[in-house]
Amino acid sequence: GAMGGSASLIPRDLLGEYQELTFLSKQEILLAYKRFSELLPKEERENACSARVPKSQILMLPELRANPFQHRICHVFSTSETQDDSMSFEDFLDMLSVFSDSATSDIKSHYAFRIFDFDNDGTLDRKDLEQLVNCLTGQGEESRLSSAEMEQLIQNILEESDIDKDGTINLAEFQHVVSRSPDFASSFKIVL
Amino acid sequence: EDKEDESKEEDNGSQQNTASRRKNYQRKNRDGKKAREEGSQKKDRGKTAPTKDQKESENKEKKTTKRGKEGENKKKKDRKNSSSSASSNSSDEESLSEEELAMLKEQVEQKKKLISTMRNKPWRMVKKLSVLREAQAFVEKFEGALGKGKGKKLYAYKMMMAKKWVKFKRDFENFKTQCIPWEMKIKEVESHFGSSVASYFIFLRWMYGVNLVLFGLIFGLVIIPEVLMGMPYGSLPRKTVPRAEQATAMDFSVLWDFEGYIKYSALFYGYYNNQRTIGWLKYRLPMAYFMVGISVFGYSLMVVIRSMARNANESTADGDDDNFIFSWKMFTSWDYLIGNPETADNKFASITTSFKESIVDEQESNKDENIHLRRFLRVLANVLIICCLCGSGYLIYFVVKRSQTFSKMQNVGWYERNEVEIVMSLLGMFCPPLFETIAALENYHPRIGLKWQLGRIFALFLGNLYTFLLALMDDVNEKLAEEDVVKNITHWTLLGHHNSSAGNDSTATPPPLDPADVPRGPCWETTVGIEFVRLTVSDILVTYITILVGDFIRACFVRFVNYCWCWDLEAGFPSYAEFDISGNVLGLVFNQGMIWMGSFYAPGLVGINVLRLLTSMYFQCWAVMSSNVPHARVFKASKSNNFYMGLLLLILFLSLLPVAYTIMSLPPSFDCGPFSGKKRMYDVIQETIELDFPLFVAKIFSYVANPGLIIPAILLMVLTIYYLNAVSKAYQRANAELKKKMQMQREEEKNKRNNKASTNPMLQDLEDLLTPSTKTESPLKQAEDKKIEPPNGTSPVRKPGKGEALAGSPMASGRGAAFTPPSQVFVTQPRTLGVRAPYPGQPRPWGHPLGPLPGRGRGQPCY
Repeated sequence: GAMGGSASLIPRDLLGEYQELTFLSKQEILLAYKRFSELLPKEERENACSARVPKSQILMLPELRANPFQHRICHVFSTSETQDDSMSFEDFLDMLSVFSDSATSDIKSHYAFRIFDFDNDGTLDRKDLEQLVNCLTGQGEESRLSSAEMEQLIQNILEESDIDKDGTINLAEFQHVVSRSPDFASSFKIVL
Repeated sequence: EDKEDESKEEDNGSQQNTASRRKNYQRKNRDGKKAREEGSQKKDRGKTAPTKDQKESENKEKKTTKRGKEGENKKKKDRKNSSSSASSNSSDEESLSEEELAMLKEQVEQKKKLISTMRNKPWRMVKKLSVLREAQAFVEKFEGALGKGKGKKLYAYKMMMAKKWVKFKRDFENFKTQCIPWEMKIKEVESHFGSSVASYFIFLRWMYGVNLVLFGLIFGLVIIPEVLMGMPYGSLPRKTVPRAEQATAMDFSVLWDFEGYIKYSALFYGYYNNQRTIGWLKYRLPMAYFMVGISVFGYSLMVVIRSMARNANESTADGDDDNFIFSWKMFTSWDYLIGNPETADNKFASITTSFKESIVDEQESNKDENIHLRRFLRVLANVLIICCLCGSGYLIYFVVKRSQTFSKMQNVGWYERNEVEIVMSLLGMFCPPLFETIAALENYHPRIGLKWQLGRIFALFLGNLYTFLLALMDDVNEKLAEEDVVKNITHWTLLGHHNSSAGNDSTATPPPLDPADVPRGPCWETTVGIEFVRLTVSDILVTYITILVGDFIRACFVRFVNYCWCWDLEAGFPSYAEFDISGNVLGLVFNQGMIWMGSFYAPGLVGINVLRLLTSMYFQCWAVMSSNVPHARVFKASKSNNFYMGLLLLILFLSLLPVAYTIMSLPPSFDCGPFSGKKRMYDVIQETIELDFPLFVAKIFSYVANPGLIIPAILLMVLTIYYLNAVSKAYQRANAELKKKMQMQREEEKNKRNNKASTNPMLQDLEDLLTPSTKTESPLKQAEDKKIEPPNGTSPVRKPGKGEALAGSPMASGRGAAFTPPSQVFVTQPRTLGVRAPYPGQPRPWGHPLGPLPGRGRGQPCY
């Protein structure tokens, strides 16, 4: 009732199921619905549950605007069949659930891995790591690492994390490293 | 149709004995699971190119598993029939064998567990929805079959209630989250400044909540009863402004010093009457006053310790591990809460710097430098800082002493009256930057430097507070001496008045002496209360003025004068201020210490504090958003929260000491406060027990209070602490040992890898490594493993990732947390198979003693 008319558009039992399946509370889901339907053109708002929002619109969200991984996030959570990284409401909920405060660090690290896996091959290889470093150091030319530094950095990271020494970091190794970090769970967080 | 066939087939097989059947059944399931797992894998990968037919195959897979499951159910039913017909001719539906029933029950339980942990699975919503619906349907269908005869109804009822309870809990959670204030404000700050600055505001909000409870306690149980039912103002000397002060009692300058009418109001200790019961409720006010004073401390202690324990429980990672410096920098340094492009730019820059720094550090880690010079500088810095601390302590002592002489003089100026507060605030303002300057000599790593800095500021504040207290104590002792004299005077005055009025007119009752004219004692309790209130108020003012001048005016100046200035003000010297997180948190902590100390003698103090925190929230939020810039090096709010909580606990303890001392060993004033006329304040408890409770309670109480009982109790507690400490030490040692073993293992691995073709010996190695750990594991976990092991392969929907649940679950007990490292090593393995499947022929380690735990996490199995 508090959320106004748009709230009534999610069926009651579906809302219950969403609460069961995500780490979000009822208010958060309703807020997500509101924000999501605001991204849609007016005529589609009626059935926002089945509509898809194009990637360009999703990236307009202030929560994702400054994020260097915005494209990856869209890609990972999108279920679009045409590869355009558009998002349905359920994809959107999936994303918010993973980034919510109460999600376990386990599921967070799982998705973090997929976000960092730029070529979607299931492991983080040198190329992925390089791209990751470039994302983290920003667009500015002066802030880029030199190739020697980059080489050194990736070498160090592989030395630390690549337990089976196959030259790449797989999901298991990644989770092993990240789960022991004191501040991964608190920073891998997006709140609407 | 084909399902039927399947069941027919099963019927044939039902001749077999149960054991082999069970085995069979499990194997089947396992296969199904494998298939499913592959399916999910395919799905995960399939997102790169989810072509139509791939999806279709996926669906088919799902269907087959579904069918398989239904087949299972059928099978079960058939088996039930056949077994019953085989064992006896009774075709009673209810006579499910115990085993059968247990199996079914287990399955239902498992489904429920699945439902409650579904949110932990990295699946798409569509899939989660379908699995959820399926599982719910299953539970719905078979729940009714459980429980026998009469038990059936009860069982159904219990299930219904459980469902209702879950729903109620969820609604309650929703309600609770809705009640949390300032979510949006904090979110805004988060997106501009990252999580570190926001963590201050979250702390502030938490503090506000705690103070609100204290406020409710004190106002509800002390102040409001006194105002509603106590004697009104002017009825007693202690509730009346003395004649000499009455002329100025309403002047603002007097009120501002908390004299005049404010001093003689319910905000301070002295106003309360020592009447045992008040009003028609027979409310025992002195007793309530005492108990509330105690429970303020009790509640605060409980809350602080509870939140500390929760924080400690949540952080399974200790963070001291320096094995993963680079990886953590890489994988966890982005703060996803940042939503502001400028902040993001700062963050980029700080990440780049940290990358470069750590590379350089790594390269030059063994470079020699002049260690003697550095040592000398560090010692020098510490000497300087200790000098500063002593100096500030002496200054405060001197000022407080002087203020006592001022207080005896008449017409002293505003400055003389407020000298103590001003000096303390100024010290608090100027010493921390001074320390920072001196600390530059030491050249510590920034993180270590920050801790030192915090420790020093803490020492400064604490020293100042305690000097202040000591000086105040001198004051109190003086007042106590003075009181004896006044006591006699009062006595004689009252007697004299009585005599004189009796002599003048012996027939009429003597007109009572006006309460304003009765000579008073100094009432040291109210004096102490006023000191604390003044200190708090001046602290508030100084904080706000600092923010206004240091942040806002500066920001305005930089912003607008920049147009006509010779250098760039924004980039150059004054620039904008950064938000000082640690300073602000410490300020908050100390302020809270003063509230705790003062609230016994000034019940109104908590009200002032609640107002302060409320305004702080808005004012500081505004100031941060309007005039501060994000940190050049954006820190993250890591788990250092417990550091602040530890400070808070220390302060709480230290503020408990003086209050407890005064309650236990100083006599209360004879003519003011709820305990006047008693020898000690705590006598009120004895009085209540003797007068209000039956005799045997008093007897029990006297036994319990007997030192013969208390000393053994304390001894027992000490022994318990000792024992727990020893146990935790042992766990820590075991933990460290495991860590060492792991490292050795890794080293070995490195060597081995280089020359050996991989078949996957690592898995076995790690398992070997883990076996010793099971010995030391907490019994709780073992029990859980046992419980979960049997249904190992029953549910085809369960995720195969063996330890994934283990990894996410903070072990239920703090001690258990010491054992996360091994489980996490373990966790790393099966996934390898899943994601990359490099070793196709590898047998899955289902039979491992650690067994899979279905996902645990926030969705604790609650049904």
